[in-house]
Amino acid sequence: MLELSDISFSYEREVLSGITLEVRAGEVVALLGPNGAGKSTLMGIASGMLKARRGEAIFDGQAITSLARREVARHVALVAQAGEVRFPLTALEYVLAGRFAHANVLGFDSPQDVRVAMVSLEATDAAQFAARRFNELSSGERQRVVLARALAQEPKLLLLDEPTASLDIAHQVDLLRLVRRLAGERQMGALFVTHEINLAAEFADRVALIKGGRLLACGDTPEVMTAELLSELFETPLLVDAHPQSGRPRVTFARTP
Amino acid sequence: MMRQAEITGNPMSDAPAVNTRGYLTRRRAVFVIAMLGIVLVLACVVALALGSEYVAPNEILVGLWAKLTGAASPLSPEHEVITFGLRLPRIALALGVGATLALAGAAFQALLRNPLADPYVLGVSGGAALGSIVALMFFSQVAFARPLLGFAGAVAATFVIYLFGRREDDPARLILAGVITATFLSSIIAVLTSVAENVKLRNITYWLLGDLSSGNTQGIVFIAVATLIGAVVLVTQARALNLMMVGERDAFALGVETARVRWLVFITASLLTGAAVSAGGAIGYVGLTVPHLVRLASGADNRLVIPASSLAGALLVLIADTIARTAFAPRELPTGAITALIGAPVFVYLLLKSR
Repeated sequence: MLELSDISFSYEREVLSGITLEVRAGEVVALLGPNGAGKSTLMGIASGMLKARRGEAIFDGQAITSLARREVARHVALVAQAGEVRFPLTALEYVLAGRFAHANVLGFDSPQDVRVAMVSLEATDAAQFAARRFNELSSGERQRVVLARALAQEPKLLLLDEPTASLDIAHQVDLLRLVRRLAGERQMGALFVTHEINLAAEFADRVALIKGGRLLACGDTPEVMTAELLSELFETPLLVDAHPQSGRPRVTFARTP
Repeated sequence: MMRQAEITGNPMSDAPAVNTRGYLTRRRAVFVIAMLGIVLVLACVVALALGSEYVAPNEILVGLWAKLTGAASPLSPEHEVITFGLRLPRIALALGVGATLALAGAAFQALLRNPLADPYVLGVSGGAALGSIVALMFFSQVAFARPLLGFAGAVAATFVIYLFGRREDDPARLILAGVITATFLSSIIAVLTSVAENVKLRNITYWLLGDLSSGNTQGIVFIAVATLIGAVVLVTQARALNLMMVGERDAFALGVETARVRWLVFITASLLTGAAVSAGGAIGYVGLTVPHLVRLASGADNRLVIPASSLAGALLVLIADTIARTAFAPRELPTGAITALIGAPVFVYLLLKSR
């Protein structure tokens, strides 16, 4: 579905070099790495916002930068931190923006568009905010509305750049559970950047570790999320054991002597 | 906790209840536009009636009807000249200037993601005024030099503002850049006008505060065409502007060709400002006040804000101009002074609220 092949990117210095990564339909992939590793830049390239200096982001066989933006937006949704909105938009209007690529450029929102938007808001437990002003919501509530907007795009691929950053633990787990479920039900691919290592461990099929713009490791979650690799990635001693219920890797920091 | 609502291929199942206050329906848009249209027509009749010589509205309506059907005018020659020769062109110019300025304001606000943006506050009107004055001084023989140079001045000022204000997260910083641009331009205008010995420039300070008394047919046609083109372009971009208003990055990710929309809307807003200023001087705060009031009344969706602002802007300038020419009749006030008296407090309120 999404193939990143040999991606290199530089601003003034090299930010990414030689990253190759694939996201298949129905698969959830986590991107882990320390601050400044180039994760967000990679998301920018995957979504077609940035053009790689070398290599290409390929979506369903076509270079993403060669497609019209409407075409991209019908298949790929990007969830990032919500910015400040200085106009009195309601949460529902915010989510209806997700229908832009599906609807006519002229005219009003069709009943179908409104329905998809409301179902999306329900899915992220935000339907009760529909008629409220977006900028009056708390940051966690906003984040759920932002995710709903991405779902309203009915994407095949969901790119999430730290989607859980302002959520409490219940909504963090809820969000990733939802992503997991959608991946299964709609054969949607998902690539998410997170600093919540344990969420990645629990919900990702595969994990890619990025350090200094290079791919340190990439593979099935239990194989990659080892104490050795994670400690090297974050340059701090980490312990990995098994989650008591799921048996997935569970990461915690080691006590320094 | 998450409800068990399914995102499925068929959203017809389990459709949740929708609060129609939560988004713009066609019905609400049509209602608001129709109401504004009716009020605007009534205001025109009142404005035709008012002045140093009162002409009864029923007399005006009968006279208008006669004009439309081609019958002989039932009005006295005096009243005929006052209403249709003097007041009507001025009213037409006020409507055009108000509509263009409000449209430009709504466009700048959406594009710069800043409800404080206004062609006057940002210095775009100043650029257009400088262009118009240069045309008056040096190219008075060239046809359409005034609107064309007004437009060029507006584009140049817009470009400067855009470089300053696009990426800034602090709305006040953009306004600061605008104020500096406006001050700089007005000092150039001051230098130009004080060295000029041209008779045409005698009333320049008056004109700079906004003056609609010079409504001639050519000016009215020009601004009517500009209004029409501007309104059509902006209405077609209204949906994209809804997304741009949230953020250019978001808009791009959601399917908007942001670079194209940005330039199209910037050029259009500059054209509108240039047309308004070259026709009626630098009337301030219309582009700020009107879209704000429209949003207060009916939400932030540009599919309504843009067309409703053009009508409400026409209405505001018509009211301001009617006050300007009647309050101390036969003495006239500059129209721009009235709009600034209304607009400046609204601006301060918005600035305080944005902090």
